[in-house]
Amino acid sequence: MQSETKARVDQLTSPAGHPVAVLRFEGDIASTSKEAVLGTYQALPKETTRLVLLDFTKVDYINSSGIALVIQMMIEASNSAQKISAFGLSPHFTKVFTMVGITKYAALFPSQAEAMAAL
Amino acid sequence: MSDFKSTKVEVRLPSRMGFEKVAMSTAAAVAKLMGFREDRVEDLKTAVAEACINAIEHGNRLNEKLSVGVVLSAGADSLEIKVLDDGKGMTRQPVKPDIDRKMHGEEDPRGMGMFLIQALVDEAEWVAGTEGKSSYVRLLIRLDKAME
Repeated sequence: MQSETKARVDQLTSPAGHPVAVLRFEGDIASTSKEAVLGTYQALPKETTRLVLLDFTKVDYINSSGIALVIQMMIEASNSAQKISAFGLSPHFTKVFTMVGITKYAALFPSQAEAMAAL
Repeated sequence: MSDFKSTKVEVRLPSRMGFEKVAMSTAAAVAKLMGFREDRVEDLKTAVAEACINAIEHGNRLNEKLSVGVVLSAGADSLEIKVLDDGKGMTRQPVKPDIDRKMHGEEDPRGMGMFLIQALVDEAEWVAGTEGKSSYVRLLIRLDKAME
């Protein structure tokens, strides 16, 4: 019933000249998304990845288990001195991410251009 | 809105993760027919999905022989949703997640469902069934007439 989570990584450079790993998700983000969310993040080279940008543009459904996976990623990123940002969340999920406190540790942007400009 | 007074819709779900989306879509369809604003429909979808996930995972413990009942009762100015399972019911109250504690490993990253339910609807109550069965969570979301 849950739509499979797809994830791919694009390596971009921000206007300020910093390398940014963009994790692009598609489908649902739920308890079954561990490999797509955490596995994709953990496969990034720790030594060279400092900025991680999450793309939720093609994600329609995120439940509390999916939010927990994002928080687990944030914990690992914090321990590796990486900075996580995100864009493409709907107004509703922007509200939900704010309600649970994610915005204290990860900046949310409406679009990729606005996120990249801030990195 | 008077057309919807006392209208009832019932759905039964298998206790399998993912089927909460059936209840979510049904609740959204009813809410849209009643004239709820799009942002309130989104709130309702998340609250209903989380209530069903709790019923599937904690109430019925993923036992596919048990089903989750979802009863939507449309009133003149509100929509009530009951999500029923065969568990003992929730005895704890929703707790606001503490992101600092989660980030420092002092709190489970999970466990936000009840908080989201309570925060996104106008009323939420958890009722334990008799003899450890037929427990339910009752949600109520009101039409915001001032904004219609």
